[in-house]
Amino acid sequence: MIPLNYILFLSTALFFIGMYGLFTRRNMITMLMSVELILNSVNINFIAFNKYLYPEKLEGLFFSLFIIAIAAAEAAVAIAIIINLYRNIRSIDVEAADDMKF
Amino acid sequence: MIGSELVFYILSAFILVTGGLAVTTRKIFRSAIWLLFCLTGIAGLYFWLGMLFIAAVQIVVYVGGIVVLIIFSIFLTQQSGKDLPPPVRSRAILSVLAVCIGFVLTCIILNQYSHFHSQAPYSGKREFDMSISAIGSQMLSTTEHGYALPFEVISILLLAALIACIVLAIRSKPEEK
Repeated sequence: MIPLNYILFLSTALFFIGMYGLFTRRNMITMLMSVELILNSVNINFIAFNKYLYPEKLEGLFFSLFIIAIAAAEAAVAIAIIINLYRNIRSIDVEAADDMKF
Repeated sequence: MIGSELVFYILSAFILVTGGLAVTTRKIFRSAIWLLFCLTGIAGLYFWLGMLFIAAVQIVVYVGGIVVLIIFSIFLTQQSGKDLPPPVRSRAILSVLAVCIGFVLTCIILNQYSHFHSQAPYSGKREFDMSISAIGSQMLSTTEHGYALPFEVISILLLAALIACIVLAIRSKPEEK
């Protein structure tokens, strides 16, 4: 049987892959994708802890469900903001959105 | 047992490779498709863990909802055939460094606690009820371990997000520009 550690290693690696994307990408849609990867790695942690440590309870599953719901809401709002920004400055590069920069 | 472990290794390699490609590839549309594969692989991992309901939710919400939304917004905002600019060299090197250091530190901490969860999962006496009816009754119960209040709060949140998206995406009047 796979020990819990391996699943935690997997979610850690996925978290830092998302982190790398968030650092290097300058396009807002790809940054949003990196955030989704990070949220998914957290979900894997919750599910693995629920399955391995407290298999008679469902708390980790509920946390993951709520995280997925909030991630959906967050993605929808982020894409509305991105489309509005594109309409105003014709670009979705974060470097181009510097109107309020001091 | 060997087959189950092999499935886990294949799934994790699939998730990591497609996730890495999603954040490094130069074409934005390919990046979205790799993200789709990565999220499907995570759903497969949930299936492997025996959490069927959350795997179904993952496929329905992430693969069917969020990725499709992202692909739509790619079509609305840019030419999908064009390459993204490569990351600035110094920034890429520094972020690789930061990511590697963070990963190694987290792995060291995980190794220190590896004895903590040495107990075997799936032990017979701790049989658990993962059926959808159990999930639904706990989600709507108002007793000690019920999730009725968070359920209502998140429905308000989703309504607020819905209205916010409409308000944000309304085209402003031309004379205001």
